[in-house]
Amino acid sequence: MQDMSPTIKVEELRKSYGEPRAVDGVSFDVQTGEFFGILGPNGAGKTTTLEMMEGLRKPDSGTVTLFGESPWPRNPRLLPRIGVQLQASAFFERLTAREQIRTFASLYGVPARKADEWLAVVGLEDMAGKRNEDLSGGQQQRLSIACALAHGPDLVFLDEPTSGLDPQARRNLWDVLRDISAQGRTVVLTTHYLDEAESLCDRVAIMDHGRILQSGPPATLVRDLDAPTRISVETGTITAEAARGLADGLEVSDDGVSLTIATRTPAPVLSALAERDALRGLSVRGATLEDVFLHLTGREYRA
Amino acid sequence: MTGFVSLSTAMARGFFRDRTALFFTILFPLMFLVLFGGLFKDAGASKTDILQIGAVPVVDQLPAEAAAGLDQVLSVTRTADRAAALDEVRRGDKAAAIEQVGGELIVHYSAADAVKSATVRGIVESLVQQSNLAAAGVTTPAVTMRSQPVEDQSLKAIQYMTPGLLGWAIATGATFGAALTLVTWRQKKILRRLRLSPVPVASIIGARVSVSIAIAAAQCAMFIGVALLPYFGLKLSDQWWAFIPVMIAGTLAFLSIGLVAGAASKTPEAASAIANLITLPMAFLSGAFFPLDGAPKWLQQVSEFFPLKHLVSSMQDVMVRGESFAVTLPDIGILLGFTVVLAAVAAFLFRWDDA
Ligand SMILES: Nc1ncnc2c1ncn2[C@@H]1O[C@H](COP(=O)(O)OP(=O)(O)OP(=O)(O)O)[C@@H](O)[C@H]1O
Ligand SMILES: [Mg+2]
Repeated sequence: MQDMSPTIKVEELRKSYGEPRAVDGVSFDVQTGEFFGILGPNGAGKTTTLEMMEGLRKPDSGTVTLFGESPWPRNPRLLPRIGVQLQASAFFERLTAREQIRTFASLYGVPARKADEWLAVVGLEDMAGKRNEDLSGGQQQRLSIACALAHGPDLVFLDEPTSGLDPQARRNLWDVLRDISAQGRTVVLTTHYLDEAESLCDRVAIMDHGRILQSGPPATLVRDLDAPTRISVETGTITAEAARGLADGLEVSDDGVSLTIATRTPAPVLSALAERDALRGLSVRGATLEDVFLHLTGREYRA
Repeated sequence: MTGFVSLSTAMARGFFRDRTALFFTILFPLMFLVLFGGLFKDAGASKTDILQIGAVPVVDQLPAEAAAGLDQVLSVTRTADRAAALDEVRRGDKAAAIEQVGGELIVHYSAADAVKSATVRGIVESLVQQSNLAAAGVTTPAVTMRSQPVEDQSLKAIQYMTPGLLGWAIATGATFGAALTLVTWRQKKILRRLRLSPVPVASIIGARVSVSIAIAAAQCAMFIGVALLPYFGLKLSDQWWAFIPVMIAGTLAFLSIGLVAGAASKTPEAASAIANLITLPMAFLSGAFFPLDGAPKWLQQVSEFFPLKHLVSSMQDVMVRGESFAVTLPDIGILLGFTVVLAAVAAFLFRWDDA
């Protein structure tokens, strides 16, 4: 399906459960094969936006089009083409992991053998005989993702897929998602991990209070932020006084562990530090998506 | 189609792995059957047991026809041990012991069970009269006694209880099964997950219907199996299997009651409370636990509005009263009518989601 129209078209979506509005005029397009991320603090309206796109909620106003069709009301032509992992996992009671994924797969006409392969993909083959009530939170999360992907959907919605995963499982899942994306499928995910968004997404939208504050490729957002580079050394390596004298217009702070110098021209600062042999515990950090997030929402992000 | 099969399997597995549900759907009603079946084993049109000590010519020399008549009401055990026999009567194991000493027929009875001893005394008295008449040369007495069991009108307890309790069990199982599946599947977000899959709503409902009917069939097999044990002594009519269509119609009716209860409540606790509130009083007022024959007229009329009444009475008709399938047709129609109306209400109240 390589047509010109976007896979997802969202226009002026609004939804309120009362005051204030949960989603307040959101518009964006997602192109076929694109990896799109929605970021935002708790309560920003990410899940609500996603649920309206999936056809689980009726927008108060505005339109959603997937593959040129409306997902609301329940649209049987769209359903086989989309895969959804909900923020709150949904499992049949008292079924084992294997029975669980086989049941979901069969709803899409996918054979049991193929469903079992997906258990292996998310690293649950050893847990196949365990009931979902006995799986750990992260294992349930992985099962839920496998259930969303087993039928090979063209469009995948993932609501915080890596929350609760250990670092290893998180990296594994990234690989799985990159694979899916490489096959030309469209992926929309929400996340609180900005490194995740930076590493996976072609484009992100940062939301707060039901609105999109900014959207674009992560690298572009970071560049446009034009934030200073942070150079840190161990506290005591150099005094704050001396550090301020290294160049003009430096911002220096010391938290008792490291002394941090913020600058837009890192090269002269670094060579001056080297001259004084004051490089103990050196780290240099450019602006990241986190800085963009912080700048836009004014809030610390909470993972 | 595969969706229907896999959802039915998932539902059935969930049910059979849920010990509490299994207990309340199958074992609990069965316990009632065992308990009441044992308690009221001798109630109804059963025979009275008596002992005969030594030779009793009045009884022994009865003409064959009269002996057969006597057999229907009294079960006579012969013994030679007088002391042991009297002991048995004293303990209440036997209603009475009779012995003949010369021309005198003695009935030993305990005053503890007045009804039974009166029955025995009455029967023995009529025997004595008969033999006196015979001795006086009256061979064709002006009045003869004929005893006839009234099995058809007032059933022996187990005959009555098996279809009654089974009907109640089916009603409870179908109501709770449907109500709790609906609520927990909504609460655990399974419904909203299913909504995102291409499975037709008809397959979801069809799965619940087939699982409910399978559970009802299992209840029937267990109930009839236990009641048929010699200890309980259920006797089925020739066409007893004709209860199957009315059983299915009853399951559907209660399933839709359950769907209404499930659609109207947010939590499993609320759903069980509603289901209990509906099925329990209905069981008492529909003659599932005890006959309504002695109940006031208005109550009997009210009971016509309860689906359970139609289920139970039709099951009794074909299982133990020897009626044909045709008599269940009106009840099947009424039960299906309940189903249609209640299913429409449930569809109206249905929500995929809590929010
Ligand atoms: N079912 C609901 N009923 C009422 N209010 C709701 C409901 N769901 C969400 N809200 C409100 O809508 C707003 C947006 O919620 P939403 O779940 O979309 O946020 P989110 O961005 O997904 O947050 P999180 O990062 O915590 O998942 C919040 O203020 C929330 O309180
Ligand atoms: Mg959310």
